[in-house]
Amino acid sequence: MKKIFEIMQNKIKIDKIATHSILIFVSLLSIFPFIWLISTSLKGSGENIFAYPPTIMPQDFTWANYTGVWNKVDFIGYFVNSMIVAGGTVILNLILSAMAGYPLARMEFKGKKVAFFSVLATIMIPFQAIMLPVYLITLKLHLVDSVNNIAGFIGLIMPFAVSAFGIFLMRQAFLGIPREMEEAAIVDGCNVWQLFWKVLLPMVKPSLAVLAIFTFIGSWGEFLWPSIVLTKESMYTLPVGVNNLQGMFSSNWRFIAAGSILSTIPILIFFLCMQRYFISGENDGAIKG
Amino acid sequence: MFKYYGKYVPYLFLLPAAVILIIFFFIPFFQTVYLSFFDYSSSIYNPVAIGFDNYIKLLQSPVFYKVMWNTFLYLFIAVPILAIFPLFIAILINQKIRGVTLYKILIYLPVIVSIVVAAIAFKWLYADQGILNYLVTKSGFAPIGWLTSPKWALLSVVIVTIWKGIGYYMIIYLAALMSVPQELYEACDIDGASFLRKHLTVTIPHIMPTIALVTTISAISAMKVFAEIYVMTKGGPLNSSKTIVYYIYERAFENLDLGFASAMAVVLLIIVMIFSFINIFCFERKKYDL
Repeated sequence: MKKIFEIMQNKIKIDKIATHSILIFVSLLSIFPFIWLISTSLKGSGENIFAYPPTIMPQDFTWANYTGVWNKVDFIGYFVNSMIVAGGTVILNLILSAMAGYPLARMEFKGKKVAFFSVLATIMIPFQAIMLPVYLITLKLHLVDSVNNIAGFIGLIMPFAVSAFGIFLMRQAFLGIPREMEEAAIVDGCNVWQLFWKVLLPMVKPSLAVLAIFTFIGSWGEFLWPSIVLTKESMYTLPVGVNNLQGMFSSNWRFIAAGSILSTIPILIFFLCMQRYFISGENDGAIKG
Repeated sequence: MFKYYGKYVPYLFLLPAAVILIIFFFIPFFQTVYLSFFDYSSSIYNPVAIGFDNYIKLLQSPVFYKVMWNTFLYLFIAVPILAIFPLFIAILINQKIRGVTLYKILIYLPVIVSIVVAAIAFKWLYADQGILNYLVTKSGFAPIGWLTSPKWALLSVVIVTIWKGIGYYMIIYLAALMSVPQELYEACDIDGASFLRKHLTVTIPHIMPTIALVTTISAISAMKVFAEIYVMTKGGPLNSSKTIVYYIYERAFENLDLGFASAMAVVLLIIVMIFSFINIFCFERKKYDL
């Protein structure tokens, strides 16, 4: 009996070692491209970045690539632009999704089914397939940066100001509130508007937080739309600015690497602070659509 | 429950979202179809109605077949790997071991990072005299033109998509694994079932709906791939890595051939709508109360 126990324990130990080895290997694969980029960004001009065998630890360590790219590229500007676009997109998504989700969850009205299925239909329409008319409409509405910067920002935000994902998420949240809450508020003399803003919205805060975080990440990383509409470099968001590094420093990989790493720091901090929202598994299926 | 709101109140609440969806989704949707019946190639200011000519042009263009082939090749490489490998990782992580949170954070990291930065990082790995070619030559092979040879370019780009998707699908699988009854695993352990047998008989059948869901959503996102290609290859060399969305982009915004680009976009619309339809009505019914 004792022997069987020992064998079983040994087996568990080996299993654990195998599990950890595989997970460490996959983790390394996940971060290696960044490590190699960081390594390159810290190598000075005295070191051949194409040297064989490659070295991970810089031999000629320097911060010069970071200061160099920082002085030539307006990262603060890109960052502020990204913040304006992502911030505006988040605020509009919160307001519009909550406002649309509420009647879909709680009210009876003619055309409710039509409204519901219209929202559902937008999930099936990929932005990539309709981007050309979206661009033509944005031009027609003068929401481009060649008019002025504010129009440019509005044009970057508006096509993503509300999403079916957000509307359904908020609808689900309102469905979870007991009806007595509404009755009590109305009896106390609230009108619908006050009921919505002062009673119901505070009760769906967790869903609003989830929506805010995932909308922010999506908007922050958006590349296709800004690269279509933007014409002025001073309006570039971070992804467009980073892509532009390739053209600016054609084969200066030290600068390109340093710039790419710099541009990643804000979202990395955001992710580490909010990690439980991403990896807990409670909000699966939220980013891609 | 008494009706505490006026007749028009529901519509007022829906109005702002409706305006955005109509202007930026429904009108462009119909306009895409409409534009596909016009010829812009001679003059962008005086389009000519040409019926189905753009579609005929599309069907006669060798690039169209190349692009469709590339896109489906993309899908057939990426989807099976993204449906299976993250599940394997999720099963490994879903054990009582140390460091689970750290593993999750590290494996999820590529999901968070901008696709542009990810593509640049891989471009650097793929450099002609880069680190990957060091490993290749060290193993005794000739260096590979990862992004410069028509044979390899598409595969090199697919690898980036897969690398960036693993963490995302792993989390979806982890959520599904939580719903598998633990008693079943205990029963397996008592019977002395092997790791493989345990998961083939208990885990896989239980999370089949999630596997199907991951298959369709990864297929949909494979159809929409753009940034990786834009940053790394621009569709080249010799169209070898050009996919549908990149082709639409190039035709619409570089060649200003709006009608032809729209016809291509309609093809994309049809394919993605079929996938999404299957996804919503078969696998996500509960999410939308259908």
